[in-house]
Amino acid sequence: MEENKQASKYMNPYLAGFILGLVLLASFYFTGRGLGASGAVKSVVVTTVGTVAPEFASSTLFFESGASEGESPLKSWLVFEVLGVLLGGLISGAFAGRLKLKVEHSPKISSKTRLIAAVLGGILFGIGSQFGRGCTSGAALSGMAVLSTAGFISMLAIFGTAFLFAYFMRKLWI
Amino acid sequence: MGPLVTQDIIGGNWNFVLAFILGLFFGGVLEQAGFSSSRKLAGVFYGYDFVVLRVFFTAAITAMVGLLFFHYFEWIDLSLVYVNPTFWPSALTGGAIMGLGFIVGGFCPGTSVCAASIGKIDAMVFLVGIFIGISLFGFTYDWWVDFVFAGDLGRIKVYDSLGMRQGSFAFMLIAVALIAFYATRWIEKRVKKVEY
Repeated sequence: MEENKQASKYMNPYLAGFILGLVLLASFYFTGRGLGASGAVKSVVVTTVGTVAPEFASSTLFFESGASEGESPLKSWLVFEVLGVLLGGLISGAFAGRLKLKVEHSPKISSKTRLIAAVLGGILFGIGSQFGRGCTSGAALSGMAVLSTAGFISMLAIFGTAFLFAYFMRKLWI
Repeated sequence: MGPLVTQDIIGGNWNFVLAFILGLFFGGVLEQAGFSSSRKLAGVFYGYDFVVLRVFFTAAITAMVGLLFFHYFEWIDLSLVYVNPTFWPSALTGGAIMGLGFIVGGFCPGTSVCAASIGKIDAMVFLVGIFIGISLFGFTYDWWVDFVFAGDLGRIKVYDSLGMRQGSFAFMLIAVALIAFYATRWIEKRVKKVEY
């Protein structure tokens, strides 16, 4: 059987999963918490609103910490962690020769369609992560590792819904 | 005994250094696994590439089993480990919205950061989308706040929810993963390859 040339350049998925599991375990062992991603963007949102409109921010529960006198929400665990993800991805991509500015999309759609879909997807993920108290990393993966019910609900809901809508979105991908 | 930072065995500011180092590995391994490509990620929903399922499931099980053993050997005090609370209506709704976001956008937040780092422009605009989405939620927070805190089950564990013993659930999860690994190999062989 012919192997996918692109795929063969990547790490074995079980090995990658095992290493990711060890990183997650290390995170629990050292810091008592799992990994995350959407929370860092929330810190940026809260800080931005707190800076641009401090009066409005201090009057609303969601943005309150962005306008308070204390430490900036940007000085948070997740912001540092996500900066690490950015550099870690960059280093890995550099070694693998994958650094390239491009819009990746199916040949059946234009770059413009892909970018519109990506923004929409991001907006949905942003909203969903606030209801779900975290995203695929913070709520689902880290939640499953500590066997929290919320982690399993999040995982099943994320992947289940994506499967449910996969047929309708197939033009975007295949 | 861990967790070290929580018990002040490691000072508070080191926590940020640790966060950065853990992030480095997190981003590095995601990129090495191919999570910097939305078309590779989307493969799991069409059956042409199951890397997401393999990496995600292996990672969750490795960390879960690791935590159980660390607890057994008394290397970690699990009562100090953060367990995300379950507000089931909100968790279910949020997950569903995120699932739709996944199939439309092709990334989740973590993978989009990783993909943006190697120059994927679609990942960068996905991140802008997350920023907009969280802002929209924030500006309309008053509308959702009651719903977000409804159905509070506290820091409940999944085996308690299902009325199982912890060990039995862990064993079952590993069995499900192994079956899924085998079944998806079978599916992958039969689904038309997608070039990306």
